[in-house]
Amino acid sequence: MEEDKKTNRRDFIFTASYALGAVGVGAVVWPLIDQMNPDASVKALASTEVDISGVERGQSITVLWRGKPVFIRRRTEEEIAKAKDVKLEDLPHPETDEDRAKNPEWLVMLGVCTHLGCVPLGDKGEYGGWFCPCHGSHYDTSGRIRKGPAPTNMEVPKYEFVNSNTIKIG
Amino acid sequence: MSDHEYTPKSKLGKWFNDRLPLLTLSNHLQEYPTPKNLNYWWTFGGILTFCLITQIVTGLILAMHYVASADLAFGSVEHIMRDVNYGWLMRYVHANGASMFFLAVYIHIFRSLYYGSYKSPREVIWIIGMIIYFLMMATAFMGYVLPWGQMSFWGATVITNLFSAIPFVGESVTNWLWGGYAVDNPTLTRFYSLHYLFPFLIFGLVILHIWALHVPGNNNPIGIDLKKPSKDTVPFHPYIVIKDLFALLIFLIVFAFFVFYSPNILGHADNYIEANPLVTPAHIVPEWYLLPFYAILRSIPDKLFGVIAMFAAIFVLVILPWLDTSKVRSAIFRPLYKQFYWFLVADVLILGYVGAMPAEGLYLLVARVATAYYFLHFLVILPILGAKEKTLDVPLSLTEPILGGSPKEAMIKKNKEI
Repeated sequence: MEEDKKTNRRDFIFTASYALGAVGVGAVVWPLIDQMNPDASVKALASTEVDISGVERGQSITVLWRGKPVFIRRRTEEEIAKAKDVKLEDLPHPETDEDRAKNPEWLVMLGVCTHLGCVPLGDKGEYGGWFCPCHGSHYDTSGRIRKGPAPTNMEVPKYEFVNSNTIKIG
Repeated sequence: MSDHEYTPKSKLGKWFNDRLPLLTLSNHLQEYPTPKNLNYWWTFGGILTFCLITQIVTGLILAMHYVASADLAFGSVEHIMRDVNYGWLMRYVHANGASMFFLAVYIHIFRSLYYGSYKSPREVIWIIGMIIYFLMMATAFMGYVLPWGQMSFWGATVITNLFSAIPFVGESVTNWLWGGYAVDNPTLTRFYSLHYLFPFLIFGLVILHIWALHVPGNNNPIGIDLKKPSKDTVPFHPYIVIKDLFALLIFLIVFAFFVFYSPNILGHADNYIEANPLVTPAHIVPEWYLLPFYAILRSIPDKLFGVIAMFAAIFVLVILPWLDTSKVRSAIFRPLYKQFYWFLVADVLILGYVGAMPAEGLYLLVARVATAYYFLHFLVILPILGAKEKTLDVPLSLTEPILGGSPKEAMIKKNKEI
């Protein structure tokens, strides 16, 4: 009995020391890993304001936000109609056009192919939207994936209309 | 290994060797018994060592002049090319040296595949070799990013985005790799740091690779275990040393041709345009030595499974010693395996070709068939061959087919005395 008790106490001390040691190692290793995450200067560039007064219907501009291109397209009536016409069952990643473009005239999205990050080309592809030259993904006039290896639609970032001529992204 | 260990002759040498037996290691470069029938395919180990040292030396020099910064990197490479004394030579040797390194490593790997060098008792040599190969690909990829041209930038974007296919944590992992929300300055500086580190890891692994090799000794074209030392072996020096040096000389002719006559033929013109995060080049292609894997990635229409297939293509090589169940090592005595071996060579070359072509139409179809065959070879054909193939008779020793019978004990003993 005496013996057993002693062993148990020793086991407890061992386990407690290992646990404390593991916490210590974790505390030392975490800064070594976390230093690679986006730093304060990168995060500081989180939002950008864009003047869209010069963009005509059927034109798009590309701006850089967080090191990534953002497409801002002033769509034509025809493009909007085409985007709204699509049945959700036909979409690999179902999203309505209304959800993607708050103001249907303006489509704002990250110009980054969701496959492996290339910049798709505008006014190209089988669906009249964008086409990624890297691995052949086709996007429609709402930036939704229709064909090819990309898994999801092009991402719509957080944005708002500051006034009728300015969009704030981020 | 030889019975009589090397002992230094000088007093100082003996004093030192008693305290650290470093000089005893020179045994491995002198008397180390080597199969006498090694052909020129066996010279690529030495050539690869030469390639690694060349890359480290030229890389150290380039690092003295290169600036790892998204704003300055592209300019500093041009500075190396135009202003630094012999900078053009250092850079062209380093850039083409990477291609030569891969050329040699592919020959080295396919030699192992043909002669069954990965089989027992050499599995650990093979696995260390595969880790080296994987690190080589990582090193080469990161090195290609450093000039910060268009191909550098977009190659980095595509490859790092592979990790975004990981379910749930993909995005966090890629942001962590980038140090931001896209490939940018933080990515460049960490790639530079790792590109500097990895060659030394490779160097360490090469030492383990050779160490593991010198435990059972070299495989040989006949693929049988040899008595060592015996009539079937020759000392490493001078026989193998001279043969390796001669092969290296021929290899250097090819190397020099690329460096001096067509230094950019293996590169892409797009990489002489500075990186631009707003424009993707019309046709992104990795360096030639990664093309077969790139073809496998693109042949699968699903992002996650494409990435899995690409990594599986490498992993399947790691477990090869257990997939190929045939007891006979060399393809010389495996009539069926020999044919499938050449199918595999053709398959990998086809994958490399379609990897460089646009992923559409017929190219895509060919890529899919070739990808399927690649896995079929390793996962189905090899295990079946191991069980069903009727192999030819394997000689008992290298001399047996000529002299008949097994080598006489007396002859071995006599050889030992010499």
